[in-house]
Amino acid sequence: MSLSTSSQIAKHKTQSINRFFASHPRLGLGTLLSGPILWLLVVYVGSLALLVVSAFFGLDEFTGKATTNLTIGNIEEVISESAYRLLVLRSIGIAGAATVICFMLALPVGFYISKLAKPWAKRGLVVAILLPLWAGYLVKAFALRAVFEPGSEFGDGGFLKNTIGWSPGFGYLSVIITLAYLWFPYMFLPIYSGFERLPESLIDASSDLGAGSIRTFFSVMMPMLVPSIAAGSIFTFSLSLGDYITVKIVGGKSQMIGNIIERTLLAPNQPLAAAFTLWPITIMVAYLFVMARLGAFKNL
Amino acid sequence: MKSTRKYVALAFAGALTLAACGGSDGASTDSGMTELGAGEGAVNLVAWAGYVENGTTDPAVDWVSGFEKETGCKVNVKIGNTSDEMVELMQSGEYDAVSASGDATLRLIAGGDVAPVNTDLIPNYADVFDDLKNKLWNSKDGVAYGVPHGRGANVLVYNTEAGAAPDSIKAMFEADSPYAGKISVYDAPIYIADAAIYLMATQPDLGITNPYALDQTQFDASIKVLEAQKAIVSQYWSLYTDQQASLEAGSVTLGTSWQVIVNLATANGAKIAATKAKEGATGWSDTWMISSKAKNPNCAYMWLNHIISPQANAGVAEWFGEAPSNAKSCDLTADKNHCSTYHAGETDYWSDVWYWTTPTAECLDGRDVQCVPYTEWVNAWNKVRA
Repeated sequence: MSLSTSSQIAKHKTQSINRFFASHPRLGLGTLLSGPILWLLVVYVGSLALLVVSAFFGLDEFTGKATTNLTIGNIEEVISESAYRLLVLRSIGIAGAATVICFMLALPVGFYISKLAKPWAKRGLVVAILLPLWAGYLVKAFALRAVFEPGSEFGDGGFLKNTIGWSPGFGYLSVIITLAYLWFPYMFLPIYSGFERLPESLIDASSDLGAGSIRTFFSVMMPMLVPSIAAGSIFTFSLSLGDYITVKIVGGKSQMIGNIIERTLLAPNQPLAAAFTLWPITIMVAYLFVMARLGAFKNL
Repeated sequence: MKSTRKYVALAFAGALTLAACGGSDGASTDSGMTELGAGEGAVNLVAWAGYVENGTTDPAVDWVSGFEKETGCKVNVKIGNTSDEMVELMQSGEYDAVSASGDATLRLIAGGDVAPVNTDLIPNYADVFDDLKNKLWNSKDGVAYGVPHGRGANVLVYNTEAGAAPDSIKAMFEADSPYAGKISVYDAPIYIADAAIYLMATQPDLGITNPYALDQTQFDASIKVLEAQKAIVSQYWSLYTDQQASLEAGSVTLGTSWQVIVNLATANGAKIAATKAKEGATGWSDTWMISSKAKNPNCAYMWLNHIISPQANAGVAEWFGEAPSNAKSCDLTADKNHCSTYHAGETDYWSDVWYWTTPTAECLDGRDVQCVPYTEWVNAWNKVRA
């Protein structure tokens, strides 16, 4: 008896809250979004702004702490030094190569799973491709380290060396392969769902009009897939560009922008590290701009 | 050069004796504490991982519980991951003592974050190897700022099947090195000092007397050596497990290493051995220091005395893999060969080891010229590695 009264009161209260928000729709939306918006502003925009600002800070040489003596020396250093410019170009090359490999693999695999595989096999194959995402990043990178270990006449080396007698060793090639392996699912998913969205009727119509399978693929399917590819490439490119752990594990003496940022930060020279991060930020903004033009954000 | 340093060490030893006997010397009066009071019930430490173990990592590894029971000082430890983090933590004034490496100690002393230590209040200090006392990185003007805790040399590790054993640092730097292409280098700005040691031996005209006190010309020459070295390097390591793996796989046949890596890789079957280059080597020596704002100074002094006591010092040295600082520790290690493996008491072995020190604009070797400060070392190393 008393239970039902209290639940009635609660119900009444909820109703009055509902009524209040129903009559003030903007306030309702504001309450709903205020948390996420605050979080976005403070955590996303705020930290990014701090980063950019701190690139202009000076450095107390002895304590290694940032000082508020403003300087553009840090920016000058990371732009004018040719060693750093080469490093940036190399990092773009690595991220680009990893992205291209992911794309070359994801396109046929996505096509097969979406259009050719038996319905019962589809789900299993998608799960199989996403499965590596459940293993830790470091586990996968160290596994590939064991595969690539070049060895020498004084030691056994790794899996490749022992089975086929050749290994790429530790260097840029291994870094690119490892990054492609790590980020492949992020390229696969958008491309696969792009194929899924492609109506069968278009393919039928294309072949009815006399186009062969190759013509159909390039003239009908590919143009519709461009936004998916662009979306996938954003993931693989940005994740590769910012990576600094893979290159430590399988890169031998190779370096990427992330490594320089890390070592500068730990040195410690936080302002200079912040100045270095302006490179990947600029590159990613430019990249996102181009991808947006290709329609990457149309059907995310 | 060697004799100069011996002379300086002798002078230090003399000053110390004077201080101990006379008591009127600056050394004792400068130190804040003159006598030890009762413990405050707790002590807050900043330490490297593995330096303060109370049995939670491994039940057999515990040199904290006994101290707590004995002194009533509860030990709270904050692990510092880098020297910079330690400096920052000590600047907060929340901690009583810190295990600082040579690249942090000078900053702590100059910043006034740590206080001089009255070693008369630390009975175990008497048993610390003399060649560790009152050095550039743990004292100022002959006043001790802490107690030495342990040390290690950066050794040359080599594959025993790859030819005759190397004895010279030249094998690390010269293009015709029999190990070219399979060389492993420590990836840190402080490694520039290794190139400086190479130059001390090969280009005496540069006049380098201390690898951490390089003027611009000497510094540029060192960087040139490192740029050239890149061609024969196969690995720059910062994670010690990376070098260990490469040594075991044989893809590295020569490198700068730590004794603990050599031991671990050997235990896994790597056919390697280690030696110290005849030209000398870089190394490290850690120091326990007391905060100038310590809230628990008595407990902090008790901790310093405890951590360099033979039993605790032996425990840390074995657990961490370094040479203990206390001469009496050697009888107490579980592995009776520990001290000989790590050359603990061999003064000659350490006489040409240049312990890591923060390079400063004011030359550490006392020359009246401008030296290249550490921030520049960092930038230069970045460029070498970029």
